Amino acid sequence: MLYPRIIPTLLIHQKGLVKTQRFKDPKYVGDPINAVKIFNEKEVDEIIVLDIDRSRFGTEPDYGLIEKLAYECRMPLCYGGGIKTAEQAQRVFSLGVEKIAVGSLAVENPSMISKIAEKVGNQSVVVVMDVKKKKFSSKYEICIVNGSRSTNLDPADYAITMQNEGAGEIVINSIDHDGMMNGYDINLIRKVREGISIPMTVMGGAGSIEHFGEVIKEHGIIGAAAGSLFVFKGKYRAVLINYPTKLEKHNLIQEYFDRAQKISNTTKYH
Amino acid sequence: MITIIDYGLGNIRAFVNVYKRLKIETHIANSVSDLENSTHIILPGVGSFDHAIKMLNSSGMRDKLDLLVLEKKIPVIGICLGMQIMGESSKEGKSPGLGWIDGKVELFNDKSIPYKTQYPHMGWNSIQPTKKSDIFSGLENEPRFYFLHSYYFVCHNHSDTIATTQYGIEYTSVFNHENIYGIQCHPEKSHFNGVQLLKNFSQLSNDKT
Repeated sequence: MLYPRIIPTLLIHQKGLVKTQRFKDPKYVGDPINAVKIFNEKEVDEIIVLDIDRSRFGTEPDYGLIEKLAYECRMPLCYGGGIKTAEQAQRVFSLGVEKIAVGSLAVENPSMISKIAEKVGNQSVVVVMDVKKKKFSSKYEICIVNGSRSTNLDPADYAITMQNEGAGEIVINSIDHDGMMNGYDINLIRKVREGISIPMTVMGGAGSIEHFGEVIKEHGIIGAAAGSLFVFKGKYRAVLINYPTKLEKHNLIQEYFDRAQKISNTTKYH
Repeated sequence: MITIIDYGLGNIRAFVNVYKRLKIETHIANSVSDLENSTHIILPGVGSFDHAIKMLNSSGMRDKLDLLVLEKKIPVIGICLGMQIMGESSKEGKSPGLGWIDGKVELFNDKSIPYKTQYPHMGWNSIQPTKKSDIFSGLENEPRFYFLHSYYFVCHNHSDTIATTQYGIEYTSVFNHENIYGIQCHPEKSHFNGVQLLKNFSQLSNDKT
């Protein structure tokens, strides 16, 4: 049986591992290589690494760091940050990275999606949408360059455009929920999921294992990513790399996924 | 020595890293002269069927590989698309496959898959061994591996299937015929199960058949 994916997201800032809140105040939480080693031991499903300095300063990916990370990863690795050309994407890919994430680039130059896909395959091109709620409105919009620039693009529509351009996966990253640990933006996730059939991963807001359960129950096969939850412990946010144990994951899947599957199968076939 | 075929497709580095950690020597082959001292061959692959065949043909390694696999019968394992190109043909393309094993490649039928995403089949899924094989030694029951694919292999001879996986249908996720192995998932990115399976492959004796 296929399982939903539970994914730690690591943010890189000045070669260190950091965690932000609403995309601001990066707090240093340790060494990224060391974190990957710990996540190996915990057998995480996948890992997302985003270098948050690259698009802000317009610099190329740090190939040396990516190579070291990829060498350590015994699970699929998704890297994003600073990729502007198909050649750069291919270079990152050749270092042992499975998935290439683009955010600002996908907005500035959507035709790059298919160009990168030509080099690394559609399944390996991941579009990350940083999404903010509009002021005085219930609508959402995509922001770029670490959330600093508004685009007026609607995430649900844009996800469809990206799927048509050949993206292999969509990651929704909620700026408003980032680091708040108050649960995912369920409404946003629902709106985006409706229009696309490619794999999707959600990020921003996970503060407990039940928050994963909530999206798994509604969407079944989905990637549920978290940052703070996997690097902090307790209300004083002490740094401690952690991840659900095999038993905790098993129970989570049983409680939210298996049951939801059974219900949807019943309604579908009987 | 374990030779990893580099024909421009697939995460070669990931295999090298796994074996390096196991202190098992590997060698990357880009051309026919690199194949000389092979005792085991790994054929990775990511991308599309026709492109893979074209790249393998233009690498100049094709004839020598046929000889090593079909006549010298040294152990070989195809990974993901590397597994699929070992067959006769694929719904994904027009090129004939390598024809090392009797079988063909089909696209998942979306009617049988109860998920919003029908393909690719992406994420962690388990394999159920249907036959005893040294390649599975030391693995837990129904071990989980990382999968990423939209097409799947159909063995013509049922007896070549040694493990199956459920994704809407039950399909062949591992096959074995004499010295020839194929696996649909990515052991190079599947934690301890993957490391164990790749270790098992490296320990298959190359004069068994």
